[in-house]
Amino acid sequence: MAANEKNSGGIVNWFDTRFPVTDLLERHLSKYPAPTNLNFWYLFGFLMIVVLAMQILTGLWLMMNYTNTAEEAFSSVEYIMRDVEYGWLLRYMHAAGASAFFALIYLHMFRGMMYGSYRKPRELIWVGGWVTYVLLCAEGFTGYVLPWGQMSFWAAQVIISLLGSIPIIGEDLATWIRGDYLISGITLSRLFAFHVVLLPIMIIAVVFFHILALHEIGSNNPDGIDIKKHVDKDGVPLDSKPFYPYDITHDIYALGVFLLIFCSVVFFFPEGGGYVLEYVNFEPANPLSTPAHIVPSWYFTPFYAMLRAVDFALFGFTAKFLGFVTMAAGIAIFAALPWLDRSPVKSIRYKGILSKAFLAGFVVSFFVLGYLGAVPPSDLKNLLAKVFTVVYFSYFLLMPIYTRLEKCKPVPERAPGH
Amino acid sequence: MVQPISPPNPGRRKFLSYATSFLGLIGAAFVAVPFLSAFKPSARAEAAGAPVQVDISSIGSGEMMIVEWRGKPVFVVKISDNSIKLLSKVDPKLADPSLETPFQPEYAKNEFRSRKEGIAVITGVCSHLGCSPKYYPEAGSTDFDPDWQGGFFCPCHGSKFDLLGRVYAGVPAPTNMEVPPHYFSKENILVIGSDGVS
Repeated sequence: MAANEKNSGGIVNWFDTRFPVTDLLERHLSKYPAPTNLNFWYLFGFLMIVVLAMQILTGLWLMMNYTNTAEEAFSSVEYIMRDVEYGWLLRYMHAAGASAFFALIYLHMFRGMMYGSYRKPRELIWVGGWVTYVLLCAEGFTGYVLPWGQMSFWAAQVIISLLGSIPIIGEDLATWIRGDYLISGITLSRLFAFHVVLLPIMIIAVVFFHILALHEIGSNNPDGIDIKKHVDKDGVPLDSKPFYPYDITHDIYALGVFLLIFCSVVFFFPEGGGYVLEYVNFEPANPLSTPAHIVPSWYFTPFYAMLRAVDFALFGFTAKFLGFVTMAAGIAIFAALPWLDRSPVKSIRYKGILSKAFLAGFVVSFFVLGYLGAVPPSDLKNLLAKVFTVVYFSYFLLMPIYTRLEKCKPVPERAPGH
Repeated sequence: MVQPISPPNPGRRKFLSYATSFLGLIGAAFVAVPFLSAFKPSARAEAAGAPVQVDISSIGSGEMMIVEWRGKPVFVVKISDNSIKLLSKVDPKLADPSLETPFQPEYAKNEFRSRKEGIAVITGVCSHLGCSPKYYPEAGSTDFDPDWQGGFFCPCHGSKFDLLGRVYAGVPAPTNMEVPPHYFSKENILVIGSDGVS
């Protein structure tokens, strides 16, 4: 459409000579060359943009009726649920949206790990995505505290007291973060400020960076081939198709499927069996009584299991501090992937048996740790958590070795079926 | 293009750039002070940390009273005579039975971890991740310990403590539960949060 209207002197042209509207739309949407061999694993990024927009919209509306004080927070959430027109829907969408966001980002990350999307020259895209994930964890945690139920309070207590385990400065740091000697309304209020202002701004900024960097370098694909090696006379890769109309139709279809599942949860299982909204959190926060069984949200349980698995002191550090370090390392280590992978090929399709085995080990350990982090501890479960923590980290830490040892298959020059 | 009048002097330019950046950083550090300080506990939060006073005459033998101080539960336990006899029995299972780590005021570093024999005053916060342990005073077999001698069990991660808040070895909690500063202003009046004038 753009070529004709550019010369027509119409309203689009008026804008284009002042701000590159058409150019931006073409570069980032309509004419963005997407590889021809993309599969369903490439749908989750788009879905996350939709969920992000939904979280911002529902969050803004919730904020209009939410009160960020220890006395009022819990009852203001009840007020939203009972007295505000469609308040229940806004809240259920926001809560289920958080779970959906994490489900999608884990699938999205796993796609990158399978197909080597983090490899050169996409290191910064990967690291940018990882920063988004870390910010999302902070956003999830701060949001979880806001209803000021029992689980909100005790989750905040556990997480902030983790900082207290840092040698020397720990206790003062925890008091500084809390703004009090205990988790109180002061803490709630500052976590609220982070949740609704600071973190969303940072997430939006980093997502912008992530997408800009992606559109500059171009998408990876399931075969890990460089589609820019073979281009037509206009410089467009031969193994690509424009985002509009080819990819957007896939994305919109996927959005339909996603919304079908999402709305089923929102309308029929808004508590998600205790995983979207935890039952213990339907009781107001009580600093004098710990719930019998403290569990974080499902999307943190793999890391929580690692925290609990470390129950021994070492090198003069307490078990608590080492557990905290292990948990933080479990999240941080994703950022190092581009430099750990020494394989001559990107995609798992052409990697050897070792890479496949270790990736499978990673997936199994992620699920097993996720389960162990959600159930009460016992001796056997603790041993299992230790074993699978080692499996989890071996995927990353042994990667420089096994990716060099194994024999890879040759990667084709062009996308299959071109 | 306008040419510079004086000949370029790279060394001077570099010095000026560094000096400006350095001064800018010092300025930024000063600007950060109010923002970082505003994060500290406010005057009101500090005032709320004042000592509390309780009458313990209503606590029966073997019973526990929970008192709130600085938003944390403080366990005040009247240990029964029978349990007192069992206290030394768990010593071998404990991580720090002789109270080497300073998790109690000097005056409570004694056999009873307290100002007064048989009255335990413990901050009821697990030294692992800050959960509040549950009170299981009766000796006997329990779900978590077939040879339980009475004490506290943390439901979060399974840490065990004896009736004086001393931690068992081999549990997630690294240290004994803390004994807060306390004193008796009268026979049965316990003040928590102050060492008193002694």
